[in-house]
Amino acid sequence: MSTTFWITIAAAIATYLTRVGGHLVISRFERIHPRVEAGLNAVPAAVLTTLVAPAVLGAGPAEWAALIVAALVALRGGLLSMFLAGAAVLIVARQFTV
Amino acid sequence: MSIEAVTRRSQSGAFWRGARLSLPVIIASGPFSMLFGAIAVDNGFSVFDAFFMSATVYGGASQMVGIELFGHQVAPWLIVLSIFAVNFRHVLYSAAVGRHLAHWPVLQQAAAYFLLTDPQYALTESEGQKGKVSFTWYMGAALSVYVSWIILTALGAFFGKLIPDTKALGIDFLLPIYFLGLVMDFRKRPLWLPIVAVSAVASILAYKFVGSPWHVSLGALAGIALAVILPPHHSGVVPIEDETEMEKLP
Repeated sequence: MSTTFWITIAAAIATYLTRVGGHLVISRFERIHPRVEAGLNAVPAAVLTTLVAPAVLGAGPAEWAALIVAALVALRGGLLSMFLAGAAVLIVARQFTV
Repeated sequence: MSIEAVTRRSQSGAFWRGARLSLPVIIASGPFSMLFGAIAVDNGFSVFDAFFMSATVYGGASQMVGIELFGHQVAPWLIVLSIFAVNFRHVLYSAAVGRHLAHWPVLQQAAAYFLLTDPQYALTESEGQKGKVSFTWYMGAALSVYVSWIILTALGAFFGKLIPDTKALGIDFLLPIYFLGLVMDFRKRPLWLPIVAVSAVASILAYKFVGSPWHVSLGALAGIALAVILPPHHSGVVPIEDETEMEKLP
């Protein structure tokens, strides 16, 4: 087997450890402290925000317009409609700014 | 109709309900999957290598980083470490999502954690707010993305040269739009806005001064720290009875 194959296997194991590791650590505790629970409740907003924020800063008017429209649609509609609205605005706005 | 038939029908209903929720995920991640396949072959991977990486690592951003390093002839351990660093945020997902999966048999949990991506985590948290998360629903949402991800990787590897101008089509910015949608999905949670604000500022600062991919973990930890430091009732958590006196102070 090639080096690429073994590197991929090692990377896959390392990745699986990140996906199962948090649960294995937390499940060792019999009772979850309220502050830990408060922290866990904050995970979705905290982590997902970091996947957006730096991209917003490095973007231009077309991307900002797409995000603003998508955010407004998200207040009313579901995930699919907000996503399609944002993508549509992005594609149209890019025709003028790229 | 027998009870068994009813159960089977509601199970397949749950599977397809999960799969339908994943439709935006498939649209948003599909182009990246193909792009990964194309770049991988460009960097000397065989079609099988690219397919195999998508099927086993199954994490878009980390695969892109991995492929980039392969192209630069970096030491193998450094490639693995970099992929680990990019995927480190999953530790937080894993710790938080365990509450919703703990009632399943261990093998089902083990399979579920393998498929725990960013959108899968977000969808599962939303589902958990509404009631119990079923294994069938989870697999409906997760497997539809997984299968499309590995098939599109192979297609991208085969037909990489045919991929059109990705910038004009806006493909490079689809994921931030999608992730914004996931952030918005949790806006009803206590402390949502303060957490988002703190994580946003912290991740931008970390991006500038520490560098990628650490801005993800550092930015997230800042937002989580805010929720931990504030008294738990701000987060909608009922304090346990036998707290120490220190913690009862305002």
